[in-house]
Formats: sequence, C-alpha cells, structure tokens
Amino acid sequence: MSATGTAQSGTTTARAARRSGAQRKLLAFASLILLVAGFSIASPNFFQLSNIMAILQAASVNGVLAVGVTLIIITGGIDLSIGTLMTFCAVMTGVVLTWGGMPLPLGIAAALATGACCGLVSGTLVAKAKIPPFIATLGMMLILKGLSLIVTGTKPIYFNDTPSFTLIAQGSLIGAVVPAFPVPNGVLVLFVVAAAVAWILGRTVLGRYTFALGSNEEAARLSGVNTDGWKIAIYALAGGIVGIGGLLIASRLNSAQPALGLGYELEAIAAVVIGGTSLSGGRGTVLGTLIGALIMAVLTNGLRVMSVAPEWQTVVTGIIIIVAVYGDQLRRGAAR
Amino acid sequence: MSELVRLEGIDKHFPGVHALRAVGFDLRPGEVHALMGENGAGKSTLMKVLSGVYQPDGGRILIDGAEVSLPTPKAARDLGIGIIHQELALMRDLTAAQNIWIGREPRLSFGRIDEARLNAEAEAIFATMRLGIDPRAPVAGLSIALQQMVEIAKALSFRSRVLIMDEPTAALNDAEIAELFTIVRRLRAEGVGIIYISHKMDEIKRVADRVTVMRDGATVGTVEAADTPISRIISMMVGRELTEEKAAIPDLAAAPAALEVSHLSRGADLRDIGFTLRKGEILGFAGLMGAGRTELARAIFGAEPADTGEIRVHGRPVTIRTPRDAVRAGIGYLSEDRKQYGLALGLDVRANIAMASLPRYADRIGRIDEGALARVARDYIRTLGIRTPDDTREVRLLSGGNQQKVVIAKWLLRDCDILIFDEPTRGIDVGAKAEIYRLLNELAGLGKAIIVISSELPEVLRLAHRIAVMCEGRLTGILPGGASQEEIMELATEGMAA
Repeated sequence: MSATGTAQSGTTTARAARRSGAQRKLLAFASLILLVAGFSIASPNFFQLSNIMAILQAASVNGVLAVGVTLIIITGGIDLSIGTLMTFCAVMTGVVLTWGGMPLPLGIAAALATGACCGLVSGTLVAKAKIPPFIATLGMMLILKGLSLIVTGTKPIYFNDTPSFTLIAQGSLIGAVVPAFPVPNGVLVLFVVAAAVAWILGRTVLGRYTFALGSNEEAARLSGVNTDGWKIAIYALAGGIVGIGGLLIASRLNSAQPALGLGYELEAIAAVVIGGTSLSGGRGTVLGTLIGALIMAVLTNGLRVMSVAPEWQTVVTGIIIIVAVYGDQLRRGAAR
Repeated sequence: MSELVRLEGIDKHFPGVHALRAVGFDLRPGEVHALMGENGAGKSTLMKVLSGVYQPDGGRILIDGAEVSLPTPKAARDLGIGIIHQELALMRDLTAAQNIWIGREPRLSFGRIDEARLNAEAEAIFATMRLGIDPRAPVAGLSIALQQMVEIAKALSFRSRVLIMDEPTAALNDAEIAELFTIVRRLRAEGVGIIYISHKMDEIKRVADRVTVMRDGATVGTVEAADTPISRIISMMVGRELTEEKAAIPDLAAAPAALEVSHLSRGADLRDIGFTLRKGEILGFAGLMGAGRTELARAIFGAEPADTGEIRVHGRPVTIRTPRDAVRAGIGYLSEDRKQYGLALGLDVRANIAMASLPRYADRIGRIDEGALARVARDYIRTLGIRTPDDTREVRLLSGGNQQKVVIAKWLLRDCDILIFDEPTRGIDVGAKAEIYRLLNELAGLGKAIIVISSELPEVLRLAHRIAVMCEGRLTGILPGGASQEEIMELATEGMAA
C-alpha cells in the first residue's frame, strides 16, 4: 500500500485535487476500516489471519481487473470486455501450456500478449473507428466470450501437466521468507500491479496523457499530442493487465473455465467507482480502486461469515455502490 | 420615476471571499443599465442574487417598491426577472422551439405535447424579433449567433419585465450585434428594464442609458452613459487611467518570412488564400463572422486540413495534415474557445504548460522529470505574470486572462515561433486585455511571428502591423497597420452586395 501511496503523491491529479482526493480516499478507507471493525465485532471468525488472507486472495482477481480498467475509465472510456477477455487469456494460456506442452514462461507470455492484443483491437476501434467505448467493448465482450467457447470446445482446460502453474496465485513467496505471514502470491501480484500502474499514472508521459485525454481530449490533440495513438496504448496496457488477471484466476482454479468471465467486468467497474474514480474521466486513483476492491471483498466475505444468504450479499453490494457514489456526490456538492 | 428594481446594501460572503460589499443598484422601466467591471468584480454574483440563484447575507431587494425575497430562480422568474447567461444553456439536440418551452410545454390530453402550438408560439416570438429561425431546426445546426437569439427568445417568452444580459454579444459579428441592439431598443421602448453586462466599451456607448461600475465587490459609481467619456469608465473599472496607445510599427521589409501560405483552399470555406507572415510581425485578420478566419487558422494548424495549397515555414515547404505536424513545424494555435480547445481545465497550471512538450521532459521509459517541469512552469508564471498561487493550481480556478497566459506559456515552452491567436482577449477583462496586448508586442519584439484574428476592430487596429481582411472565404486585401475602419469594412464586405 505504501508503494502506491508514494507514487500517487507526486501526480498532477493528486496534486491538483489533493484535498478533495485525499478526503475521498479517507472516506473510502474509513468505510473499509468500519466494515472490518463491524464484521470483527459481529463474528469472532472474521478477524482471523486465515480469513484475512482469504479476503485478500478473493480481492486479487477483481482488484487486478479493476486497476486495469481504472486506466481506461480515467480517459473517459469504459471497457466491458475485461471479464470475458480475462477468460480468453486464461484459455490461451491453457492452449500453450496444456495442449502445446510448452514451458511456463511461454504460457504467461501468451496471457499477457493475448490481453494486450485484444486491448489493442478495442483501443483501435475506439480511437480510429470512433466507435463509442461502450459499444466497441460490448462487441468485444461477446466476441471473446464466443471465442473462448469455440477454442475450448466448451470444455475446461486443466493445468495438471504444469504443477507449478497453481503457484502463480496460490503459492506464497512472502510465506517462504516470513512463515508467520503467508500472503498468497495472487495478493502480491495485485499489489505489484497496483504499484506499477500508480507509478505509470503519476510519473510517466503515458499517465499524464491518460488524465489529459479524460480531462479534455480535443485540447490535448490541438497541443500536438497523438491522442489516438496514446489511447490505443492505454487500452493495450489495460488489456495486458487483464491478462495478468486471467493468469491469476486460471491458477486459482487450476483450469481455464471457458464459461466464466461474464459479470467480472461489472464487479471491477464497481470497485473503480467505489474507489472514487469519475466515470466521466479526468480523475481517479489506483489507491482508491484498490480500496474499492477490498471493500467489495470484505463485504462478500463478512456477509458469508455471518451466514447471510448469497442472494442477499448481491443486494448489499448493489446498495454499497449506490451509497458510495451518492456520498461522493454529496461531498462534491458541499465542496461547490 | 418609479424604480423597477432596487437593490440596497446587498452583502454576500463566500468561504474566504467577501464577494459583495453593501452593493446598491437600481433599474428603471424602459432603460438599458450597463453593469461593468473586471472579472471578479462581483457583477455575476450580484446578478445571481437578483435572479434567485444566490441568497444575500444582508440587504434588501425591492421590485416595484415592494420588498421581495427570491429564494429560487423560479421565484425570480415569476416576478418577471429573466436572465440570458453568457455560456449558452441550450440543449443542442432539441429544436429551437423545444428549447424555448422546455419544462412548460403546452400539453394535450394524456401528457402529450402540443407540438403544433409549441412551434407556432416560438415562431411568433421569432417574428417579433424579426428573425427567420425555423422553430423546428435542431439547435446544434444553428450558428452560435442564432443560438444566442434562441436564448433571448426564451427569455422573452417568460414576458420578463427585467432582462439580464450577460455579455450577449461575445459570439456575434457586427451585423448581428446591430440586430441584437434593435431588439434591445424595442424592448426598452416597451418598458422592459435591461441590465446589460459587457466588456465592450463601444457597445455601452451605443446602447446603454446609465452605467454602473463595480470593483472588488462594491459599486464604484453610476453615471449617465451619454456624457461620460470611455476613459473615465475604464479608469473607474481598473482604478487607473489606461493608455490606449498603439506600439510603433516596426519596419519589417527586410525581415525573413516565417510563414508563407499560397493557394490554400478548402471547400467553400477557404478559397485560394495566399499571404506572407514575417518574423517579428503581428498580422491582424479582420472580417465578419463566417468570413473564414477561424477556418483559415484551423487549416494552417491542421485541425481541419486544407484540400489544396502550399505552406512554407522559414522557407521550407511543410505538409500539415494534423495538429501534430503543425506543432512540429513550430506553429502554435490559441483557440477562441480556450476552455474547450486550449486547456485541460481539471489539470494544474504545470501540466497544462507542459501539455505540448511532455516528451522533452521524459526519459527513455517515459518517466517525467517533474522537478525540471516545475522549474520551467514557475519561470513562465513569473515572466508572463500569470497570477496563480503556485504551479499546482487547477487552471479552471484562474481568471480568463491568466488562463490565456497559460496557453501562451504552453506554446512558448514548445518553442513555437509562429503563434496564431484566435480572439486573444475574448472573455478577458479590460485591465488584463492591455496586459495581453503588451505581451503580444513583446513576443513580436522577440522575433515571434504572430497572427491575430479578432472581431473587435479596435483590437486589430491597435495590435496589427498589417491587416489582412477576409470575406466569404477569400482574402480580399492586406492593408497597412494605419488603415482606417472604413477601409477595412469595405474589404470585409467586398462583393457581398453583388
């Protein structure tokens, strides 16, 4: 967390919106603490190391997807294809590792490359063909869902021939060093990805143009910025990050499940929104998204620990999203 | 004479700002009362109090001599106070008539809208304004000037007795302004009281009966427009006398050409345009709205590239298909609409100044050197006199003049030596205008080649070393800087009568 914190503090947006942004993140962070405290009081089983690890593990896939789509949402776009793209990346890894019998690094590369290529296609449709992001990625969502089923013949691909594959998400590098603190690798991956994206947003040209596109794309274009090219690059980067999400889910399930994926995009977007990123673009932080993903995971886990029926968990999640955004509106209204 | 509106001792605080200090103001029926003052003087705040948007902290509002409270904009409207905002508030995809009657559409049974009546009544209002606007035309297809007319028609449709006009002529050309004034005078004759906010002195002289000047949230004074010289009004606004002198025109015959344009054409907008801009020269572009000046600027800059023609920069031919090509050739464009095309309002001063030059401040992997950027940003803040607490202030919080300087800094940092200013002082108050003029002269003195497009003839006359005049997509002539308004207007309307 501290890594993302420092990377964020130098960004233009963080600087420009230092007070309101900090307030908003504080609000989100306070809600997270409040939720954790509430569940801890309500159930003795909640605040256990094993359960906390389970929460983090559960947040990892959604968190990675959410961090990826944060980039696109800051440009003022949206990506509905990330859920089925995640699955398609997992499938391509299965094709390379299980069917092709190739070594693990190639399987990882396959997921990343598949994600980046599909992001490139989405980005090109949005930037060059001028198709609204909602429509372009809705199309991609269905195309990728279909392709996953076609490639696999609707059957899961298992990774039993590559035993080390499950270690990507389920092993624990940290646990090997500090046995008392067995943080699963999936969680480590989430935090590394989040830190890297926070750094890109805060410190690099790509990050600065991400905010510029969302803030005023035409002004950026008239400043001589290759807006189309950068937009495509941002979608491709987000796609690559979704590829990482694909690796995580495949590793956790030890299989690529072609029917999976639909709905993940909305969970990820929900995490971004709870984290305070504006859907109209120009504003947003990775730290906020991370907190948003954790809030959702804590909620799901806590309600389950308290034996609330799953259908009610969904209802509560929906309410939380609405409350989070409404709270943000109130705060903004007060600021104005 | 009885007063239509009387404001007494109006006070208004915002967090950290005493926006209005015991302001007094009155409006008689059948008068045009100009309200003037620099940006931030409190004009808009006062008008928001009068139109029910803000609640005053102290003071009284009297309508027809009776004290009223205006808790909502609707309450103000019901008392006959109409306001036309500076920024158009129309829904672009609805028709003119739908916009006028939005929220109070004539109904038929079952909640159906009586479109026929809606259109007929809109048409009737346009008829009284002697405008040929089709009420069924979507607003998006109308020119800015006609959109403004729709706004006025909407205000009239409320049968307003008090009409507040906030810079109504900002987007209008001379002919349209004359039309607007005809309407204003007719409304005045019918007994409507008009509060007229504008930065343009000549308009005040033409249309206003009285002038009230505000400064720093207080009224400086109210004077009769007819017997008060403009210089007196300006000094009331800025608290000092402004010199309206034009800088000496340098002899540039021997200066090398910075930009040569020949046979530039695009559809019906631009027809065979050719001219040469020299180093250190300010070339003014005059003409009526729609003459093709902005189109020419956008073609040279590659925002909407030309179909045919040649552009040379410093003697070398260049191909400009996109703004990126133009920027690489050293051409910077400062749009008339800074907020839409020039600035990322939500980003800070530093990021906006850096917008066109980022790669230069990044290493191989795209990491930005924020320290170096902060230094150059602070340099420009100092040398251009940008009034901002620091370089991390969001530009939306800056005044118009300071926003314009941020855009200038953006192009200077990019080493652009050909600068195209489209309406450089639109929406900028008088004191800051003079500063922008001085800045333009200094830039020219440093050898920058500058094009200034302006609809305000006095501005062109004051700034330009030479004046190019356009009419209906053609360049009808280039006059020396000392040309008279008559000579320019002749070229600006050349062939139009035929």
